[in-house]
Amino acid sequence: MAGETGAGVGADARRSPFSLNNPRVRAVVYQVVLVAAVVLGVWYLASNTAHNLEVRKIASGFEFLDRESGFEIGESPFVSYSAADTYRKAFIVGLLNTFRVAVIGIVLATLIGTLIGLARLSHNWLIAKIAAGYIETIRNIPLLVQLFFWYAIISENLPGPRDAVNPLPDVYLSNRGIVFPVFASHPVHAWMGFALLAGIALAWGVARWARARQARTGQIFPIFSVGAGLILGLPLVVFLVAGAPTALNRPELSGFNYTGGGVLTPEFAALLAGLTLYTAAFIAEIVRAGVLAVDRGQFEAAAAIGLRPRRAMRLVILPQALRVIVPPMTSQYLNLTKNSSLAVAIGYPDLVSIANTAMNQTGQAIEGIAVIMAVYLTISLSISAFMNWYNKRIALRGATR
Amino acid sequence: MSAARPAFGASPIAWLRENLFYSVPSSIVTLLLAWLAWKGLAPFIDWAFVNAIWSAPDSKACRDVKGVGACWALITEKHRFILFGTYPFEQHWRPLLCILLLLVLYVVSAMRRFWRPALAGVWLAGLVVIGVLMWGGMFGMVYVENERWGGLMLTLLLATFGIAFAFPLSILLALGRRSDMPAVRIMCVGYIELIRGVPLISLLIMASVMLPLFLPEGVSIDKLLRAQIAMILFAAAYLAEVVRGGLQAVPQGQYEAADAMGLSYWRKTMLIVLPQALRVAIPPLVNTFIGFFKDTSLVVIIGLFDLLTSIKVALGEPAWNGFGVEAYIFASIVYFTFCYAMSQYSQNLERELARDRRH
Repeated sequence: MAGETGAGVGADARRSPFSLNNPRVRAVVYQVVLVAAVVLGVWYLASNTAHNLEVRKIASGFEFLDRESGFEIGESPFVSYSAADTYRKAFIVGLLNTFRVAVIGIVLATLIGTLIGLARLSHNWLIAKIAAGYIETIRNIPLLVQLFFWYAIISENLPGPRDAVNPLPDVYLSNRGIVFPVFASHPVHAWMGFALLAGIALAWGVARWARARQARTGQIFPIFSVGAGLILGLPLVVFLVAGAPTALNRPELSGFNYTGGGVLTPEFAALLAGLTLYTAAFIAEIVRAGVLAVDRGQFEAAAAIGLRPRRAMRLVILPQALRVIVPPMTSQYLNLTKNSSLAVAIGYPDLVSIANTAMNQTGQAIEGIAVIMAVYLTISLSISAFMNWYNKRIALRGATR
Repeated sequence: MSAARPAFGASPIAWLRENLFYSVPSSIVTLLLAWLAWKGLAPFIDWAFVNAIWSAPDSKACRDVKGVGACWALITEKHRFILFGTYPFEQHWRPLLCILLLLVLYVVSAMRRFWRPALAGVWLAGLVVIGVLMWGGMFGMVYVENERWGGLMLTLLLATFGIAFAFPLSILLALGRRSDMPAVRIMCVGYIELIRGVPLISLLIMASVMLPLFLPEGVSIDKLLRAQIAMILFAAAYLAEVVRGGLQAVPQGQYEAADAMGLSYWRKTMLIVLPQALRVAIPPLVNTFIGFFKDTSLVVIIGLFDLLTSIKVALGEPAWNGFGVEAYIFASIVYFTFCYAMSQYSQNLERELARDRRH
């Protein structure tokens, strides 16, 4: 503090160490006054709150988490939950539901957004204009309106399960959601998971070896295709060795709804569609800016030193484009995660929606809000920490090349 | 990269060959897309215009064409409700006047030749007039409590008052974040990052359930004001980051020159730093305003009667149940009109300011 004006302040301080005309003294006084005001304000609010809670006979604290919740949750694909379970478990279900929609949404939004961003750069006028129209429309309509719109389309305009739309074999669209066939569960799935992990580990090892060999001898190893082969091939081999069990768990109409198969509820489908399409419009603009940020000369220079297009892309273009793309992309991922809390408006049981129900039932407003805020702050801080690390890595690699 | 292409008006054939049919794959893609667009658009035009019901006293006619034609009669029948909510019917001229006044204020503030300190005074006067008109209780107007304000009027009010109060607060926060005083800096950073890290809904829920607990016994503030406070606190954190961007764009030499002239901190800030910083920050500020305008729709979740809520309530009536798609398309058009106008304005302004800087 006051470091840059050190000499002048020093002279002042010698003249009148405790005068208010001394900027250093003034700064201390200001800060003491401000901190005191904030502390007083917080203390005032806290004492009011304590008094109000006492009057309303609400016990504060997180003991309520161990009580029986008494409400059902519409969907809980990862853990089994019933109304007899505790509030703690209800919160966990909500958290998992938030993660589920956020993770799938981020992946889809990145794919669609990249596609649209590149389409907007297309030399073809029609493609570019359609992409631009999509971006302008979606960005200027509130996400909540879009969510209501998708939900209305699914729940009001699709037929009932008995006359469901059947666009693909065994895929049914109805006002109960989207049902589709899934592979019947089989022990080989777990082994394929292990094979995938092994493939990733092996590919990483091979990449290290290839980089060391290239540094030593200058020979280039086709690491991309070999790595992809390892990561995808190992699970495939396991699958084939097990006799390729392709038994499907097909959805079937029984009574008024479908049983079996996988299902996307109308709430989940509407939320996912809304979040994905909305965020994709923002990601498209980021991708476009990233591509435009790489100078044309870079392509030409890469070609001039004899890099093939794919290597030029990987070694020259992408590192530079990613440096422009990654920071705003981070905030879009964060936005998508935070926006998933709009689920409460269409009845998808995410964390906020469940916390809201719990608060209404127990009156534990402070604790409920504290849980919501703690969770979102943790997610925000960890995503930005991860992205900062990734960003630094990319920047460093660019700098050392 | 579009510079090399001939302009649309030059020669239509050349333009087509250059932009739509410049290679075999591109021709195929163009034809495919045109065909798809036609396949999608034709039924939509039939539904939205040709077979649509534009006005009907009840939804019977609409139900007959459901799935074939749109039911815009819902909007025609309910437009007063959607615009003004539950405001007393015979007093609707008051919110209407307020909407017009707000629109005039928006347009005037958008013109660069009115950018002078007096504009703040005009806004202050305008907001006072709007308050008098909406509440009434004087000049022979009936008093209308703010529980009955609603519809588009409430959306505009939330957005306008939100920005009007959040903006000065955000300047203080941004200055605080760049302050030399560690206590001030830490508090501002903590506030900004805390608010930006949580979703707006959590703040709105907090305002509706927790704020009453904060107040001393017997004191209560109504739901509208609570939500408005939450939105101001939320917007201030986002605007503060934009203002900070503007502050960082002011060259160090300007600060030093102001110090050298012996200006005090506040005179330096008001006379030298802020005028330059805010000018740079206007386009991103407008973008933040757009986001904030869209975010006002979230008050539907805590049951405030804004544009979106009144549409939902209109849909909730048994007579109009099931026409959600039409209703939300209408809501989209309203929001789009405001946001698109703002975003075009912000882009034009950015170009103008960039040109001015080059001169």
